[in-house]
Amino acid sequence: MDLKLIEGEVKVLGDNIDTDVILPGRYLIYTDPEELGKHALEGLDPDLPTQLKGKIIVAGRNFGCGSSREHAVLALIGAGVKAIVAESFARIFYRNSINRGLLVIEAPGIKDKVKDGDKIVIDLERSCISLPSGECFHFRPIGEEVIQIIEMGGLIEKLKRELGLM
Amino acid sequence: MQSLTARILARASGKSKVEPGEVVIANVDKIVLTDATGPMAVDILEKLGVRLTHPADVYIFLDHYSPSPSISASNIHIRLRKFAKAYRVPNLFDVGEGISHQIMVEGIVRPGEVVVGADSHTTQYGALAAFATGVGSSEAAYAMVMKKLWFKVPEPLFIKLTGSLPPYASGKDVILSILSTLGPDGANYRALEFLGPGLKSLSMSERLTIANMSVEGGAKNAIFPLDDIVIGYFEELGISLDLERLGYLKEPAIDKFDYTVDLSTIEPMVAKPHNPANSVPVSEVEGVKIDVAFIASCANGKYEDLVVASRILKGRKVSKDVRLIVTPASKRVLVKALQDGLIQILLEAGAIVTPPGCGACFGANLGVVGDYEVAISSTTRNFTGRMGSPKAQVYLASPATVAASAIEGCIADPRRYLR
Repeated sequence: MDLKLIEGEVKVLGDNIDTDVILPGRYLIYTDPEELGKHALEGLDPDLPTQLKGKIIVAGRNFGCGSSREHAVLALIGAGVKAIVAESFARIFYRNSINRGLLVIEAPGIKDKVKDGDKIVIDLERSCISLPSGECFHFRPIGEEVIQIIEMGGLIEKLKRELGLM
Repeated sequence: MQSLTARILARASGKSKVEPGEVVIANVDKIVLTDATGPMAVDILEKLGVRLTHPADVYIFLDHYSPSPSISASNIHIRLRKFAKAYRVPNLFDVGEGISHQIMVEGIVRPGEVVVGADSHTTQYGALAAFATGVGSSEAAYAMVMKKLWFKVPEPLFIKLTGSLPPYASGKDVILSILSTLGPDGANYRALEFLGPGLKSLSMSERLTIANMSVEGGAKNAIFPLDDIVIGYFEELGISLDLERLGYLKEPAIDKFDYTVDLSTIEPMVAKPHNPANSVPVSEVEGVKIDVAFIASCANGKYEDLVVASRILKGRKVSKDVRLIVTPASKRVLVKALQDGLIQILLEAGAIVTPPGCGACFGANLGVVGDYEVAISSTTRNFTGRMGSPKAQVYLASPATVAASAIEGCIADPRRYLR
């Protein structure tokens, strides 16, 4: 994944979006992202799974709280979500996202700056989100190690390289 | 002064000092897999086709579906047993042995170790002055192969404990009270470090419950210092610790605490539906009618939990309208409770005693809660649908409060029974 500039249309969500809302437990029998993606965020709105392709989710506090299920991340990837920007993340979800190659950015204050359908650009080098107004919204830089894992496509892709399997 | 968590992560990453926010690559001593999230890790390893360099440091537990209630769960068990054989993992704890988190503290985890588990309640081992945290399946797989993992050194949240815990209150009441202050994300990413003179009145059993449920406030880990209670706990297990080497785990001198908790003011607490942080003193919910009561889980299915429940239930009867289901956390707990006569007391009072495992806490078996039922439970979480029907109402409380409520048929104050 090329992480220089990530552009996408915004989908705004609220606070405390938990892993059961992102992917209800009854779908844990699947492990294929495409299949899981058909149910991404269906707990919030049954029409959402088909509306997430190419989107950047902008959410409130504690996104991804609850269980350690990695299936929740796979569902969002499968539905086509490009990145998630939130006021804050629950920590296991945050790690699972990075480890599956999904870009997650903590940007306190971002939620009041955007609305559904806005086009934003995430610039990792400058640690800034370009808003439709032209304003540059800064976030705390993501560590090099983390960017590296996402660029490689996730933790297991990194592991493959470390083991000389590719 | 460095937090206990930072000290452990510094040593594990070969550094003399690490700062909160810094990302380190730390050696992992032990890795825990269960039958809930383990299969996805096994998938990854089998696809990679790599061998495990340290299979003896991997611990696999068949505890979430124990014994299996369905064909699909049985098939997952078959798969994990095959994996353990093929990858030479000697430590597979089969159905009936008990919950991973209980067995890991029965002599496997040591102070100062870095332990990861593909389960959020892995935080429990922090009671033994270890760094322990929950991870996803990919990370568990990565750690199984590389024996290391990246960690952002967490910002500590220092909690000063003062006073002495009253005999009618427990670790469950302490953590529910702290969660009600912190809220569901008040400890997000943080290392909860429990310090102060009040530690002397907290037994290992209470500490395990507190460390376990710290994750309900979002904590990355919880940790207690290496003190006489930890040392005594290991002595009882027949394990002598190298105290000179572990000196860095003694209580650090902290100038500024984030919170102070006076243990002598803790009263019996109850978490209302549907979050553990939604806790109130028992007096606010007394009289709420219940259908089912549980004494179970990694948080409160320990021997000491059965002791307090038996004390209350001895010579009394569970209300005829209530089912009281007791699921010991491990076989060791069950055997000790049997030898000491606790199981007989519980059965004579009208309780149902099940084999060890995660049981109803995970909503998979051993007493799944039905539509519109009201439960009071000593388990870990009361999220919507967690223990069964999304239409059920689950209240969390200490084993004492659960036992008292089972007798009265409604949420009851255990202080009447603990004079």
